[in-house]
Amino acid sequence: MVPTKRRATNHKEILFVVAALVPGLLFYGVYNLYGIVMTFQYSTLDWTGISQNTGFVGLSNYLKLFKDPMMGVAVKNNLILMITSIGIQLPFALLLALALNSAIKGTKFFRTIFFLPMLFSTVATGIMWQLFFDPMFGILAYVMQQVGLGNYVIGFLADVRTAMPSVLFVICWQFIPFYMIILKAGLTNISTELYEAATIDGANRWQAFWKITLPLMGPTLRTSAVMSMVGSLKYFDLVYIMTGGGPSGATELMATYMYKKGFVEFGMGYASAIAGLMFIICFIFACVFLYVTRVREAH
Amino acid sequence: MKKEPVSDKLFKALIYAFCIVVLILTGFPLLFLLFNSFKSLPEYMMNIWQPPKKLFFGNYKQVFAPTFLRYFINSLIVSVSGVSLVILVSSLMAFVFAKFNFRVTKGIFFLVIAGMMIPIHTTLIPIYSMSINVGVYDTLFGLIGPYVSFNIPVSVFIMTQFFKEMPKELDEAAMIDGGSLFLIYRKIVMPLSGPAVSTVGVYSFLTMWNEFVYALVMIDTRSKKTLSLGIRDFYGFQTINIPAVLTAILVGSLPVLTFYFLAQDRVINGLTQGALKG
Repeated sequence: MVPTKRRATNHKEILFVVAALVPGLLFYGVYNLYGIVMTFQYSTLDWTGISQNTGFVGLSNYLKLFKDPMMGVAVKNNLILMITSIGIQLPFALLLALALNSAIKGTKFFRTIFFLPMLFSTVATGIMWQLFFDPMFGILAYVMQQVGLGNYVIGFLADVRTAMPSVLFVICWQFIPFYMIILKAGLTNISTELYEAATIDGANRWQAFWKITLPLMGPTLRTSAVMSMVGSLKYFDLVYIMTGGGPSGATELMATYMYKKGFVEFGMGYASAIAGLMFIICFIFACVFLYVTRVREAH
Repeated sequence: MKKEPVSDKLFKALIYAFCIVVLILTGFPLLFLLFNSFKSLPEYMMNIWQPPKKLFFGNYKQVFAPTFLRYFINSLIVSVSGVSLVILVSSLMAFVFAKFNFRVTKGIFFLVIAGMMIPIHTTLIPIYSMSINVGVYDTLFGLIGPYVSFNIPVSVFIMTQFFKEMPKELDEAAMIDGGSLFLIYRKIVMPLSGPAVSTVGVYSFLTMWNEFVYALVMIDTRSKKTLSLGIRDFYGFQTINIPAVLTAILVGSLPVLTFYFLAQDRVINGLTQGALKG
């Protein structure tokens, strides 16, 4: 009778496995998988989202997309955001992580306050910084007046030249603390004995940083760089809240442009094509990342 | 004891100076919110950047009115039920993935994990139109679905890793005692999974509490709006009464801030771990 008993338990086991997987798969299947498939299906339609009339237009939405000058501007802005994220956020975060890792007093207190920007919602952050950038009542205008630069005060978010830098500043403000924590965790893993040995050998701080810290931080920095890359490709919230992509497209991103096309101008088919392109770009980046880390691990 | 060389002192002074500049940049918005929430509009116009000269509670009275409380409660409903569902559903899946190594479960695992690569904005339009068709558009219930599903991949990943590191002897002993799989999950695995549950809980709570795009697209009626939307509306209606808006922002951030000051390491860990995997 042993086999039957085994089969019985197996039966029960399989029942459990199915029951445990089904709820999660339902959510995941309906929203994530079906969602992404539908995005690609919609992207082949000429559809307003309101009417039932849909026409199959093949890849013409994508062709239109490649000729759309505003899409070019949006992609360019996404690239600027990406470069800022990697070129400014990461070095600055590393400086902060090094400061928190140094022998000064009060690092715990500093860390507590430094992390605060991560805790506010994007809506809260966006509104606050809109107020700070206000040409009449903002702190930037106030400080500029105090130091005699009052003539240069403008509507920072309403001017084509300053809107993007202002928004980029706030994005850095919001995300540097996050990378600071990740890099700090990486620094903690470097053994202090290495630095002691280096000091005995007569290396100064500068040399120790370039020869020990930076090489050993390689993997952490690489992960952070990929995260900020993918993050900057799909960025939306803060820009939408602070400028809505304006003035005249100065801060337009792929995601804000998609929102505008879909939910403001009711071109759901075209907006889906933008979403589809975003997905493909992010997917390629993620695959390249996986490939690179796998290759590195293999060595 | 050896005296510190001058260059070391100078170096430390430099670090302190840097830290204090950053301290002002990161800490000042919270102080700004706190100070201005106690100012009346006339006082705010006269004195934006200094502490209030006289405590004024009118803003709080305005914020604790029914409309705003409604937003707060809506966010609470969505986040708490969303987080509970994420934890329940993901831990069950992770338990299976950690325990069984069938070809099918392995395949499903990778399929779910791959979801971490889908940017949430790319499925905005289908989920919006699907919600209309199914009739959950403009309901809190309709928001919970996408909120849960977008947190599943990361949560499953974190929990599977955690479960795999648990000593096998524990549940083998239970198996011999004739315990069912569900019993092992409920009585042995889950009670020992505090750290993983807290990471998943903190991360998904924060993303849900602060979420904006989906709420913007899926909710229309005022009484169903979440905090993020409510604050933005409030700002639209009240552009003149800035102190009231700032008070709304402060009150809306209080749950997260309070939790942060009580359990800082947990929040920092949850946020960075969750995003690191995602």
